[in-house]
Amino acid sequence: MNNKDQMLRDIGIVGFTVTELALYLDTHPHDRNAIEYFNHYNRIKTQLEKEFSKKYFPIRVDLAESNQEWRWGAAPLPWEGVCG
Amino acid sequence: MWSYERRLEFPVNIKEPNAQLAQAIISQYGGPDGEMGASMRYLSQKFATPYKEVAGLLNDIGTEELAHLEMMGAIVYQLTRNLSMDEIEKSGFDKYYVDHTLGIWPQAAGGIPFNACEFQSKGDIITDLFEDMAAEQKARSTYDNILRLVKDCPDVAAPIKFLREREVVHFQRFGEALRITQDKLDAKNFYAFNPGFDRCEDCGCKK
Repeated sequence: MNNKDQMLRDIGIVGFTVTELALYLDTHPHDRNAIEYFNHYNRIKTQLEKEFSKKYFPIRVDLAESNQEWRWGAAPLPWEGVCG
Repeated sequence: MWSYERRLEFPVNIKEPNAQLAQAIISQYGGPDGEMGASMRYLSQKFATPYKEVAGLLNDIGTEELAHLEMMGAIVYQLTRNLSMDEIEKSGFDKYYVDHTLGIWPQAAGGIPFNACEFQSKGDIITDLFEDMAAEQKARSTYDNILRLVKDCPDVAAPIKFLREREVVHFQRFGEALRITQDKLDAKNFYAFNPGFDRCEDCGCKK
């Protein structure tokens, strides 16, 4: 697995953790351990997304700033899978 | 509103097309217990939900269901990508192909189009949460049925297993939302009235 795919995989893993913790916290808003977990993984996710978007392609439109080409439009479409 | 992330919630990388499988699996895109119905159900119910934490949960689960809808679309798309005319005819995909070519369109495995009657938004949070819990179980059963059909296709089974697990988690969260709702009701009268519509002054059912 190359660095790009590995980073995308890592973003998927922390992204899932954040989604799962957000749903848990919706029904357990006072669980301080879960809030700490959420903060921790959410920070990692934000950091990874920033690094990834700079290096490879913008993963969100707010990370697509560029002074040349429109990078968001050139980014791969996720539903294409390995053939994309 | 929403913002998009250019990744699937769980990766879908299917190497071998299989039009016969696509025809069964499309049910979780636009069938009776599919992801289109799931996302529209929760994202419609949220508006008239009387308790903020429950409405917030409906919004967040509905949002995740949109990511699942996208995964199901990707699975059907990759299973039907680059099909030859010969494969289309032999696999029985010709009936879908004649109306949609290789486009992705929400229908059940049996060909019935997606229809809003597949979900309810009743304006009664007790009614809606029971529907939501049942919906998660129905989707889980459908994913179990699909898993029996894809046991020789690990590329397809991996994202389907992920989606099946999410049904189990959502069922748990909706169960907790039901408990949160019931805690706000008159303990002697759990199921006798609609907390979003019947306004009684002294039973503590107001926000």
